[in-house]
Amino acid sequence: MDGEQGVDCKRRRLVMATAAVGGVAGVATLIPFVASLLPSERAKAAGAPIEVDISKLAVGDMITVEWRGKPVWIINRSKEMLASLKKTDDQVSDPNSDKPMQPEYCKNETRSIKPEIFVAIGVCTHLGCSPTEKLAPGAESGIDPDWQGGFLCPCHGSTFDLAGRVFKNKPAPDNLEIPPYTYLGESKLLIGEDKKGA
Amino acid sequence: MKTLLCALLLAPLLALASGPELHLDRMPDKSGDVAALQNGAKLFVNYCLNCHSASSMRYNRLRDLELTDQEIRDNLMFTADKVGEPMTIAMRRADAKQWFGVPPPDLTVIARARASEAGSGGDWLYTYLRGFYRDDTRPSGWNNSVFPNVGMPHVLWELQGEQVLGEDRKLKLAVAGTLKPEAYDAAVADLVAYLQYMGEPAAPFRRRLGIFVLVFLAGFLVLAYALKREFWKDVH
Amino acid sequence: MSAITAKMRGLLEWVDARLPVTSFWKAHLAEYYAPKNFNFWYFFGSLALLVLVMQIVTGIVLTMHYKPDASLNASGVPVAFASVEYIMRDVPGGWLLRYMHSTGASAFFIVVYLHMFRGLIYGSHRKPRELIWVVGMVIFLMLMAEAFFGYLLPWGQMSFWGAQVIVNMFSAIPLIGPDLSLWLRGDFVVGDATLNRFFAFHVIAVPLVLLGLVAVHVLALHEVGSNNPDGIEIKNKKDDKGIPLDGIPFHPYYTVKDIVGVVVFAMIFASVIFFMPEGGGYFLEFNNFVPANPFQTPAHIAPVWYFTPYYSVLRSITYPLFGIEAKFWGIVGMGGAVVIMLFLPWLDRSPVKSIRYKGPIFKTAVAIFIVAFLTLGYLGMQPPTPVGIAIAQVCSLLYFAFFLFMPIYTRLDRCKAEPERVTG
Repeated sequence: MDGEQGVDCKRRRLVMATAAVGGVAGVATLIPFVASLLPSERAKAAGAPIEVDISKLAVGDMITVEWRGKPVWIINRSKEMLASLKKTDDQVSDPNSDKPMQPEYCKNETRSIKPEIFVAIGVCTHLGCSPTEKLAPGAESGIDPDWQGGFLCPCHGSTFDLAGRVFKNKPAPDNLEIPPYTYLGESKLLIGEDKKGA
Repeated sequence: MKTLLCALLLAPLLALASGPELHLDRMPDKSGDVAALQNGAKLFVNYCLNCHSASSMRYNRLRDLELTDQEIRDNLMFTADKVGEPMTIAMRRADAKQWFGVPPPDLTVIARARASEAGSGGDWLYTYLRGFYRDDTRPSGWNNSVFPNVGMPHVLWELQGEQVLGEDRKLKLAVAGTLKPEAYDAAVADLVAYLQYMGEPAAPFRRRLGIFVLVFLAGFLVLAYALKREFWKDVH
Repeated sequence: MSAITAKMRGLLEWVDARLPVTSFWKAHLAEYYAPKNFNFWYFFGSLALLVLVMQIVTGIVLTMHYKPDASLNASGVPVAFASVEYIMRDVPGGWLLRYMHSTGASAFFIVVYLHMFRGLIYGSHRKPRELIWVVGMVIFLMLMAEAFFGYLLPWGQMSFWGAQVIVNMFSAIPLIGPDLSLWLRGDFVVGDATLNRFFAFHVIAVPLVLLGLVAVHVLALHEVGSNNPDGIEIKNKKDDKGIPLDGIPFHPYYTVKDIVGVVVFAMIFASVIFFMPEGGGYFLEFNNFVPANPFQTPAHIAPVWYFTPYYSVLRSITYPLFGIEAKFWGIVGMGGAVVIMLFLPWLDRSPVKSIRYKGPIFKTAVAIFIVAFLTLGYLGMQPPTPVGIAIAQVCSLLYFAFFLFMPIYTRLDRCKAEPERVTG
């Protein structure tokens, strides 16, 4: 009886041990297969940060650049544009940028590093359409007479103010995403990377 | 009957007649020498990357050679802006074909392509780059002992000097270059070592990983065999 | 029993009422009685299945990154060739997957040749296993096609010119030849059209056929039961429960033994992929690191090592017959050399199955066959020389003689008595 049980125990232990080591071998073998689906060097290079020269960007103007296949807006906001942000404070659903739609250094009133220069990813947080610019205030925008300036998404009607904050009761749930970015000089931006050492 | 069998069994050995026609010098092994590889990268970018592309090799892969992105950008990047870009060239293929007869081939895997029974790809490249000699019958004024009638001129001629082909079919240095022969050989070895590295950048990691895998499998074999013996007690 | 085990058993019963899971497990594993005297030669069947699965899984991942496009990129390198280097450098772990697949192709043929050899020497092709052998030969043909289609994909010099030579060969067929070649290629020379259709064949068409045939192969085997090194039928001696006296259940005995086989194979395989992935130029040919160039024929075109015996037969036929050029008869010879193996079950007229009990004539014949086959293989890798062609002609004759005279010499042979029960 004892001998039989000893044999059974040994057998079971060997099976367990072999299964365990085999399991490790299996997982190790899976690693290259799973890893191969990660972004390749080509994808990473294509998604590398881009440098943008904003020395020619006039006050009140906007340019669009591409980063990681998405449009990135850069606006040189005027004093009036910045002032309008106070007026939209109680019309937007997340006035203090509590939700993580921006880097730490842009969690402020103007959602930017420097107040005048606004950088945002031009993709609506509802379903991904690219909103249209409606920077000029007033009734000409076709939105309403109180319009302070901002963006209107043509797909389902979401609106954003001049800091990319989404208005209340609109389909889009979040403020526009602010990408990581930093200044390489007075008028050169590097979009896609935080400041080194930040 | 037995003699016939022996004759039949040994006859195939007759087929083992020919040997390699090409004699190549042996390339010294500099695969672990980071300084040599860095020097080779420098030589490659300065002398080769004007006519030859290495379009599957990205600049940032040179981090393997213990270089930082900034060092790569400052010293090695003439044809690209971003460190993630591949080593392409500006020369148009149509122009290259017109000027050289054949567009200079992409060199990414040249060290793997030139292997043969005569020697490794490194041996071929090492002998090739030291085998140019003056030949006025050729459009470029140069010929090569390893690659007869090659379209490529002797790009490194200032370093090596000018060789000529003697009556004895051996190469002789007729005009000295800026490097002594040993120093030139060492520089070419660095360059070829870089080409070997560029042919398969994953090679050092591959070998290290292989040792782990084989040790693990050896242990697994002991366990699996013990398991087999245990079960097969039933059968015997 | 615990609540969980009871639930699992309940689940299994639910599935069993709808799908024959447990009966499949019993019929093919836990109660499939295999002879207890399997030796070293019996590892290669399960290894072949392992390599098939490995090639498919690595193939799937490689297909995510490979591009079957013969056009030149901005640097003048064909896109297909560049995509392979992309896999080798830019895809995380890509180099390992590529080497597994390229070494796997050669490993597949090594394992399959040894598997076929086992069949030959132990008489696994004899009644009632003729169909297993025939299906196996069709699998072998499909495997050769799969390797041929796959080899074009890296679009190197050997890829291109090997395909060019083989497809052009078909143009030697009288009447339909040139049109057939045009239809196969989809163009006047091997090009982008050819590359894309070979990709489709290699990735989907042939693997599906292979999987189906392997399933039929194993089903046919399990229908009659496995042979063994003594060549005797274990089903002739059963106990009162109907279990063969010399049989043991495949699971756990052969599952456990096959694990050892797999680990040994893995060690050899790992030695190659991690330390000599080019296989000395036999698994990854040096010249294939040069992108395909339709305007420059390499000095020396040879097929990959696993095709060289048949290539040798092709090259050894150098004279025309009946007014048709030698090229055509070469194809007939090469095809014949593969197809003749199909007839083995009906060529072998020996009263015994296994070489262990056959006489000296058969043993000599097998020895000559092995030498001839290996010599043909070696010669196929060399450039043709007059001496080489002459030896290839002799070896080709010996190769065919092994099969064609088999009905005669197997009957003449003096065999030994087979045992009643299996020996070790």
